[in-house]
Amino acid sequence: MANDLILRVITKWLSPIIILFALYVQFHGDYSPGGGFQAGVIFSSAILLYSLTYGLDAALQLIPEYILRIGASLGVLIYGGVGVASMILGGNFLNYSVLGSTPVAGQHLGIIIIELGVGITVASVMVLLFFTFARRVAPE
Amino acid sequence: MEQLTILLIVIPLMVAPITALIPSEKVTWLLTLIVCLISLGISCYILYEVIDGSHVIYELGGWRPPWGIEYKIDSLNAFVALIVSAIGCLSCLFAYRSVPDEIEEKMIPLFYAAFQLCLLGLLGIALTGDIFNLFVFLEISSLSSYALISMGKNRKALTAAFSYLILGTIGATFFLIGVGFLFAASGSLNTADIANRFDTFKDMQLVETALIFMIMGIALKAAIFPLHSWLPNAYSQAPSTVGIFLSATATKVSIYVLLRILFDLYPIDYWVDMLLPQIMLSLGCVAVIYGSYRAWQQTEMKRLLAFSSVAQIGYIVIGFSLVNQLGLTAAILHLFNHALIKSTLFIGAGIILYRTNTTELGNLRGLGKDMPWTFAAITLAGLSLIGVPGTVGFVTKWYLLEAAVEKGMWIVVITIVLGSALAIGYVWKIVENLYFRSKRKVRIQDVPSGDSAIAKTPRTMSSALWIGALLCIFFGLNTELSFEAASSAAAAMLKQ
Repeated sequence: MANDLILRVITKWLSPIIILFALYVQFHGDYSPGGGFQAGVIFSSAILLYSLTYGLDAALQLIPEYILRIGASLGVLIYGGVGVASMILGGNFLNYSVLGSTPVAGQHLGIIIIELGVGITVASVMVLLFFTFARRVAPE
Repeated sequence: MEQLTILLIVIPLMVAPITALIPSEKVTWLLTLIVCLISLGISCYILYEVIDGSHVIYELGGWRPPWGIEYKIDSLNAFVALIVSAIGCLSCLFAYRSVPDEIEEKMIPLFYAAFQLCLLGLLGIALTGDIFNLFVFLEISSLSSYALISMGKNRKALTAAFSYLILGTIGATFFLIGVGFLFAASGSLNTADIANRFDTFKDMQLVETALIFMIMGIALKAAIFPLHSWLPNAYSQAPSTVGIFLSATATKVSIYVLLRILFDLYPIDYWVDMLLPQIMLSLGCVAVIYGSYRAWQQTEMKRLLAFSSVAQIGYIVIGFSLVNQLGLTAAILHLFNHALIKSTLFIGAGIILYRTNTTELGNLRGLGKDMPWTFAAITLAGLSLIGVPGTVGFVTKWYLLEAAVEKGMWIVVITIVLGSALAIGYVWKIVENLYFRSKRKVRIQDVPSGDSAIAKTPRTMSSALWIGALLCIFFGLNTELSFEAASSAAAAMLKQ
């Protein structure tokens, strides 16, 4: 599909918008429907679209597999790290209230970082899944 | 003190993603061993704290139950956590030489990461007091065990893992449906809260349906006859390390969940009136006979051991279906004892596989003379499986018999005796082939030239084997420790 002009142009236009929307869903998740999981899936769909149009190799150049592996682990570490941080600050595991100066600020900060961790892991794993299956088809 | 309990879950959770990124087999192994040892230490300490019948309560995220997730640890929780982490240590010790032999080099970090996640899931199930949280941990442990099983050397491992995946998912779904129904009826997910307010909603049809769904789902995961069909293939095709770990822990933890549902979540009278004990008692009896008979038929050592697991799960089911103090004690004790016996036997099978690349009994004739120590340990564990006095197997069978006599269930007594006789049959099959058959040139397959694997058993493997075998004897002679934990757990469940 790499030669189709319309597809190429539309993909170029659409990808940043999809990513922007993903970031909106990510960071507005504590006020409105959304959050890390949905944002991660939306984010990965931008990369999926890119690799469908420009081919797997171009997508791998854009975001190499080892970065995805690191991302998948990093998200879990961020999630757990927030829990551990709240334990170190004297609360129970995942008690965000101790993270900020007031419990409300702490809860706010905690959930945003947690959702960020979820988002990173979900996005990385979704793209990794796609790459894993796409690679099984022999290149032409 | 309270913070220690959550560390049991947080440590593997934090170490597993790091492990997945380190490209060195030695370092990842060391990390896994450290995680297992720390878990063992913590669970020993917690068991020591709660064995007198007290509780350790941990409120996750600082939310008060029943809104938040609560970890309420009594002696049964701690006992199961101890089993899981102890077997984790044993299999990790074994893994040092076995994993590089069986798993592709670049998969090893992922293997250990999945192993830690599986440990995390099983420990989580053992600790949590929230049924939805329990489902989440059930999924964590199941998903990682599907991945672990599929890494087996043989291509059959893929189909075994896939059928386990399908059945395991059905089981987990059933469990989730049950949890959903119960939540709809009670409005709570906290075990203690549901149990406290049970009278207010017990007349709803939904509650009964929820119980049936949950029991079906967990029985599938626990491989209770007739829902055991995934077990023999999954355990015999999995990499040796995974076989050891899962055969000793995964089904045991599921049985633990079943015990929690029956004795803590629902009042005992509620399901005794539903004829459930009678149904489960007969299923347990059939499982003992059928599992033992099928084990006796097998010609491959790991499959034989896997079928014997089906039978041993039958004993546990019989134990708690008797619904008396002794029976329940025997069931809980057998969770521990069988975990010990079966992991030792699987370690033995793993050593044989490592050295000869086959566990087909026909190919192993006379091998016992070449590896007398390994063989001796396998025999010891085999004797425990039969239930010879002085071994752990005897202790549970004795209490089980006593419990059955107390209830006047002579058919159960006959089943246990018959099951033991069949166990003699299948253990003898291993012993006969390894030792008494005339020595035959061992057919060695797929060993690269210059490989010294066949020459001797690695020290880590034989020490894991002997630790297991000696513990079988130790807890057979010194029953106080395990019996005290089991009977205090049983008493707490029966609310005596």
